Amino acid sequence: MPPNNTLPSSRRAVFRSGIQAGIPIGLGYFAVSFSLGIAAKDVGLSPLQGFLLSALGNASAGEYAVLTLIAANATYLELALMTLIANARYLLMSCALSQRMAPDLPLRHRLLVGFYITDELFAIAIARPGNLDPFYSYGAISVAAPCWAIGTALGVIAGNSLPPALASAFSVAIYGMFLAIIIPAARGDRAVALLVLVSFAASAICSALPILNAIPKGTQTILLTVLIAAAGAILFPIQENAEGETEATTS
Amino acid sequence: MNQTHNIYIYLIVMALVSFAIRVTPITLLRKQIKSRFLRSFLYYVPYVTLALMTVPAMITATRSPISGAAALIVGIIASWLGSGLFPVAVLCCLTVFLTELLIL
Repeated sequence: MPPNNTLPSSRRAVFRSGIQAGIPIGLGYFAVSFSLGIAAKDVGLSPLQGFLLSALGNASAGEYAVLTLIAANATYLELALMTLIANARYLLMSCALSQRMAPDLPLRHRLLVGFYITDELFAIAIARPGNLDPFYSYGAISVAAPCWAIGTALGVIAGNSLPPALASAFSVAIYGMFLAIIIPAARGDRAVALLVLVSFAASAICSALPILNAIPKGTQTILLTVLIAAAGAILFPIQENAEGETEATTS
Repeated sequence: MNQTHNIYIYLIVMALVSFAIRVTPITLLRKQIKSRFLRSFLYYVPYVTLALMTVPAMITATRSPISGAAALIVGIIASWLGSGLFPVAVLCCLTVFLTELLIL
């Protein structure tokens, strides 16, 4: 591990380079959160509730899962469980980031950086060498987070007036983003590919079969996630390389 | 379905759980998780959850299952070829729009 910041770096410069990294992320967030806002509108959320959903949730899949449960009038416990499952990967990312924190980094920085762990912000933070500089993350967050929350609120507002052809087209944006996360991983790792195929099939079967599709959608997702991921963990336990990244044995 | 719960309480529950998940390891953890099973489980969870939420929902979200299925196929091919989150999302939207122009 190289020593952290051998050059005397100014916080402002680091913050500014974080902003630069945050701009393309923010643009992508805006488009996806807009479609999330349309989904939120369908579920009955107000623009303020859509804004809060994204300002507090910071996760496309997690927020989308929350919306499906709200639509199903789920219990608060079901919602808590689903949030836990859908955001479980952030637990792993938070573990990875904890290994890259300067030991004397104050708690307030850990809390703030942790609150804004998303796939993209994690990726750019972990891609920098040495100990994590919270001000780099803050720069990226200062662009990406407002795009995410405001995009959702605007999606709720526009959901009312959008022509059906456009609403139908935008409704798949979020799934396109999901595919862009799972398919490259499946391409590089046969175990992930197999689990993704099994998940596609299991989910399709559960919504088609009469008795199984009576189970609420959120509960289905929780049960199938635990079942399939646990089976994967038993059949294809991951190996660890020197950098502490994880890789499946089959890859 | 009738909504008998308060949406703000839903949002607070979500906020508390997702904050706890993100912040607990980064503030408390000083060592790697040792259990190989747990590490493997956590590694596979995101892909499984996302896959479960994509199919069949993507096919039923659009005005016609044909346009949804077309977007699913285009999305898989584009991400297989290495397109990023934003381009894949745009391609899927375009696919739905163009397919529905043809068939509806």
